[in-house]
Amino acid sequence: MTTAANANTQETQDLEAEIASGSAKDFLTITIADQMFGIPVLQVQDVLGSQKVTKIPLAPREVAGALNLRGRIVTAINVRERLGLDPRLDDEEDMSVVVEHENELYSLIIDKVGDVLSLKNENYENNPATLDSVWREISMGIFRLESQLLVILDVPKLLKGVHA
Amino acid sequence: MDDLITEFLTETSENLGELDVGLVKLEQNPNDKELLSQIFRVIHTVKGTCGFLGLPRLEAVAHKGEDVLGLFRDGTLEVTPEYVTLIFESLDRIKLILDGLESTGSEPEGDDTELIQKLADVLKNAGVTPSDEVIMPDMADIIIEPKTQEETPEEQPVAAEPPPAAAPTPAAEDADQAVPKESSVANQSLRVNVDVLENLMTLVSELVLNRNQLLQILRSQVDSEFTAPLQRLNHVVSDLQEGVMQTRMQPIGNAWAKLPRIIRDISIELNKKIDLEMLGQDTELDRQVLELIKDPLTHMVRNSADHGIETPDIRAAAGKQETGTIRLNSYHEGGHIIIEIADDGKGLPLEMIKSKILSNGLATADEIAELSPQQIQQFIFKAGFSTAEKVTSVSGRGVGMDVVRTNIEKIGGSIELKSVEGQGTSVIIKIPLTLAIVSALIVESGKEKFAIPQLAVKELVMTSADGDSRIETIKGTPVFRLRDHLLPLVPLQELLKINTDTPSSHEDETDSEKESREADEARYANKYIVVTQVGSYTFGVIVDRVFDTEEIVIKPVPNILRDLDIFSGNTILGDGSVIMILDPAGIAKNSGEIEAAETMGGGAAAEAKIDSGMAKTSLLLFTAGNANPKAVPLELVSRLEEVKTAEIEKANGAFVVQYRGELMPLIPFDSSMEVMELESKPILVFSDKGSSMGLIVDKIIDITEQHIDIQIAGTKDGVLGSAIIEDKATDVVNVEHFLQTVNKDWFKDHDDNPYGANGSDSSGQRKRVLLVEDSPFFRNMLTPLLRVAGYEVTTTESAMDALKLCDAGHDFDIIVSDIEMPEMSGFEFAEKVKTQENWQNIPLVALSSHTTPQDMDRGIQAGFTKYIAKFDRETLLNTLSQTLSESYGEAS
Repeated sequence: MTTAANANTQETQDLEAEIASGSAKDFLTITIADQMFGIPVLQVQDVLGSQKVTKIPLAPREVAGALNLRGRIVTAINVRERLGLDPRLDDEEDMSVVVEHENELYSLIIDKVGDVLSLKNENYENNPATLDSVWREISMGIFRLESQLLVILDVPKLLKGVHA
Repeated sequence: MDDLITEFLTETSENLGELDVGLVKLEQNPNDKELLSQIFRVIHTVKGTCGFLGLPRLEAVAHKGEDVLGLFRDGTLEVTPEYVTLIFESLDRIKLILDGLESTGSEPEGDDTELIQKLADVLKNAGVTPSDEVIMPDMADIIIEPKTQEETPEEQPVAAEPPPAAAPTPAAEDADQAVPKESSVANQSLRVNVDVLENLMTLVSELVLNRNQLLQILRSQVDSEFTAPLQRLNHVVSDLQEGVMQTRMQPIGNAWAKLPRIIRDISIELNKKIDLEMLGQDTELDRQVLELIKDPLTHMVRNSADHGIETPDIRAAAGKQETGTIRLNSYHEGGHIIIEIADDGKGLPLEMIKSKILSNGLATADEIAELSPQQIQQFIFKAGFSTAEKVTSVSGRGVGMDVVRTNIEKIGGSIELKSVEGQGTSVIIKIPLTLAIVSALIVESGKEKFAIPQLAVKELVMTSADGDSRIETIKGTPVFRLRDHLLPLVPLQELLKINTDTPSSHEDETDSEKESREADEARYANKYIVVTQVGSYTFGVIVDRVFDTEEIVIKPVPNILRDLDIFSGNTILGDGSVIMILDPAGIAKNSGEIEAAETMGGGAAAEAKIDSGMAKTSLLLFTAGNANPKAVPLELVSRLEEVKTAEIEKANGAFVVQYRGELMPLIPFDSSMEVMELESKPILVFSDKGSSMGLIVDKIIDITEQHIDIQIAGTKDGVLGSAIIEDKATDVVNVEHFLQTVNKDWFKDHDDNPYGANGSDSSGQRKRVLLVEDSPFFRNMLTPLLRVAGYEVTTTESAMDALKLCDAGHDFDIIVSDIEMPEMSGFEFAEKVKTQENWQNIPLVALSSHTTPQDMDRGIQAGFTKYIAKFDRETLLNTLSQTLSESYGEAS
């Protein structure tokens, strides 16, 4: 397990290093509870609409269930629950972003999927020290966009925090 | 890591594995030149490759080892146990270095001077014996080599300059013999990375699922043009699946390769004499399963050698042969592999287990007093339960039988233990052939579907609101009366906490207590109970609905769900949906503390293993042809299936159906039955020794537990006779008749013809037959048959049990015994019987599927009066009556 954990930190550090080095990075933007997040595009396997999910009894509350993606079983994660947010109130269709983590596929259930943005280093900032502790854990930093702020989602840490 | 080193490691570990087996053989037969050359060659290759890869430490050890082996091979040095131990020591050192190499990529630090010095001493001693040189003139050129070292002993410890003559000479010799053999083997096989095979398996599994999906769509369509191509696809995929599975199969002998060495080491260390017999080494099973059972197997064999087999003096004092035997046997049975580990050692020491139970506080003295020996033995499966009086270096390292059992149950297997104090212990492990594809029962609970591996499912019961099939409650806990036993029940919906918005009625205070109980029981009306067995613990899982069985591919659950031990995995069904697979062991664990000794199975097993003539039999009742109920012993039925009549085909003039990828012959119970009239028909599936047949019936009525007392012998083929079952005249079915109709080979056909007339017993008094037969299948089939023929039948499932009856003073008119039985064969049994005063005059009849003249001779020598083929009803009955009249006619 330690090696896997190391690999994650490694992944995160690499990304941070790349962001810091100033090379442009592409992020898929998503929206959860009116907040914009970015996921490094290379981590994204797929974007899905609402799916039929099989519930998994006794699983941690963040786990929404399991679904079949072209013959592979994908574990669906309710990101709202993970971020300590209330369930969604509007009745728009949920979206999912599929990511791979330690050779397993996870589908992150979120509100909306936006564009892919190419972001420059000069707009990057570390997490504000006053940020909510759960959010600070899953955020790799903030990009200042013109109209709003974009939180970079640390997918490995987001998934690691899900415990039975 | 360097590719070359990886390659080297793979090859070397394979070679070393072979060496372990080779060297033990060598010790037993020191003059086997061919073996010596083979061992020498392997170690020589290791040495040569090390030099090439720049592994100086490994090379130094291998080099000296090779030199000493060279002396053995040439006959210069006698192989003695001390020398073999030394060579083992060198091999272990080589393995140690290799392990280090594998984990770090370079040779680990360490000092081999002492070992190399020991090896050098051997060379030195051998070199100074002049007579050897004279005896072996043709080997002169090789013997010179150790001499050169002997002349320069000051330069030790490390032979810095290996004499150049050493390596090439044997290599050149070897080349001639080795090359033609190896090349022919090399052409037939190639090394494939396991990942490639795993990947292939995954893809095939997906393909199977896709095919299932297509077939399901096809079924819903009438007259589709895809029917024919899809049927072809179906067959091709089935073949492909089988082919790929085949690539993963490995002989179980691979997992056993290390055992001779382990046994040898133990016997030397503990001064024991142990013979290791290994049977069925070619039995193949999935490599994944093989990997998982390797350690448990090793552990158990080690246990047998360490705790089981006594030292020669103790054995001699107990009247046993000085050399103890550990026997491993493996064979296929249905979709399973059975592995038996038996020893003739001292058995499990009950008193010691009892005191250990007390000291560990697992049970009180009063509780123990009520337990049977078998129940007490089950305690060794508890954590931290080692009965070794002292911890030896051999076993007692804190891993116990509990780990073994957990590992085996993890792969869906089961483990059974039988032990007789003073006579030995036998452990029977049953494991699935492959983990990749299993058959599972799909159930529904709280509107969610789940899969339960079919292996764990014993039977299904539907409950009703009242009457016999009603679930009752004790303080809200549901239980069910299943054939004279109280079955603990687990409501799946509550266990999984799904949609439990209707909590139990206790909250409503206004309910009277009676009403509350009634409400509890009403909740469990019209549900299904999946009777499940984990080890010897039987319990029922309450579910809302039961669907079909499906072949599923078990996929592991993601890491974040690993802590949920209630699921063993998940899978994708034919309709594309994901389903969770329940782990019966997990359910048992999460629904209450399971005490091995308290379980119902243990209790049942604890009853003496003697079926008296009056014992009850579970019977399956059905109708076929007419409305009269028919009965068949439930133990003979391996499954009940519902077959769509559209899927029944005709081949070679008989009905067949495609069943689990094979053609299964079907016979209607009654030839007048209209097989095709309805959409589907229930089928009773009988399986034995890998072949199956289906008996088509009209309706399954019930399962009941009854004592069969056949009152009117049958006149029709396929009916043994009639008995009163559940107050109705019921025909008891002769399964053997149908089996023989379908498959003449079912009983390994016999040569001799029946004598003709049915030889039923003519004397007024019923003759007493003792039937010794380990297979429940044959036991269940023969007992009613003999009873119908007028005999009073007593059965035992082993020769040991039979001898106990002898000791207990039972008397019989004739004994019928199987030959191939675990623990004690029929031959040994016959020899023993002939030494018993009260039994020596009882005629013995051997039943065996081996009927070569040699076998028969051996049987007659062992003391059998007659030796007949298994199974030929007429001959058996004729032989019995003939033997009885001969024996007792003469006597009177």
